Amino acid sequence: MHELAVCQGLMSQVEQIAQREDAESVTRILLSVGPLSGVEPQLLADAFPIAAAGTVAENARLDIDTQPIRVKCDTCGAETDASANRLLCGSCGDFRTRLVSGDEMLLMSLELERRERA
Amino acid sequence: MCDTCGCNITDGNRHLIEGDGKLAQTESGREAITVLKGLLSENDHTAAHNREHFDRHQVLALNLMSSPGSGKTRLLEETIAALKDEFRFAVVEGDLETENDAQRIRDKGVTAVQITTGTACHLDAHMVHNALHEIDLEAVDIVFVENVGNLVCPASFDLGQHRNVTLLSVTEGDDKPAKYPVMFRAADLMLISKSDLLAVLDDFEPERAERHLRELASRAPAYRISARSGDGMQAWFDWLRSEFAAMRERVQRGETVRPAIQPDGQHLHDHNHGHGHDHSHHQRATGHSHD
Repeated sequence: MHELAVCQGLMSQVEQIAQREDAESVTRILLSVGPLSGVEPQLLADAFPIAAAGTVAENARLDIDTQPIRVKCDTCGAETDASANRLLCGSCGDFRTRLVSGDEMLLMSLELERRERA
Repeated sequence: MCDTCGCNITDGNRHLIEGDGKLAQTESGREAITVLKGLLSENDHTAAHNREHFDRHQVLALNLMSSPGSGKTRLLEETIAALKDEFRFAVVEGDLETENDAQRIRDKGVTAVQITTGTACHLDAHMVHNALHEIDLEAVDIVFVENVGNLVCPASFDLGQHRNVTLLSVTEGDDKPAKYPVMFRAADLMLISKSDLLAVLDDFEPERAERHLRELASRAPAYRISARSGDGMQAWFDWLRSEFAAMRERVQRGETVRPAIQPDGQHLHDHNHGHGHDHSHHQRATGHSHD
């Protein structure tokens, strides 16, 4: 399982941003993760406390938004729902589709508490 | 990974940053910072750096992925033997333990760097970057990265390769693409390996394997090959030749290419506005060190 490695990558980004923003702590982390990202949201959530321990985001809440799998057909142009191992056009059945959403693995936003300035 | 033009915003997540989306809300006394970066952006920056190295030296970089035991090393041995007068090869080998695979490649007279990952289930861009320090890219045409045998984790990590080649041996099930869609979606080429064994197997249908691949909306070619008998190897060699020629042409135009599918909504880059984003990482003040 590589979710811990992914989580450690996330934490180093979070720490960089917190430092740049002169934040005292990170209170919330919002991710967007699709079923085709290769990352399992629950495993990511399990790995988070381990990766976050001792960092500026130690007490942060981790929220993970999952995205639906949607495809757009190159042949008929329809945009339809799909499943992870069946990405065919839901309208005409053609396999020549492109993913519209469902493979995201993004850090969307952070909520920070800034240091009090004297 | 593009962090500048907003192409990370997909139809799937747009609602989060518009109107009453969750990102627009700020709890009292706290500040919300919109980031919109891939979770692996540090890895992706190193991968982009590796890709620049390959491009600068006009080296084609291929990432081989599959289950353990599908014949990746055997394929490389036979490929090197057949094409050694045509291309100069180097190989980066990823395994949890042992130098065995690197030694097999060295026995063919080719530079091989073994990465032993310990317990890590995949290679990442940093490991490959370190391995590249031991390879003289000026003296190489094609670098193969033989990833850790695993159909799950390696698909999530960009190494800086130009293309992904995924092997499916006929002793596995022909429904592997349906079971591991993230891996097989990432394939630019699927090789159905050990095809000489089809004669003694009654439960693997190559047509079915290819149909499962198409159901992932993949346009990647699927070749049946046997490194042992040599059957089908010519199509693989021709694919290598055409990819190598295409790489040379791209470099002349100052362009690069990444595998057809990468995580993080990279599909949006297929609409051809993505060229050049990979090169922006030098503007970063922090990140990996290299010399």
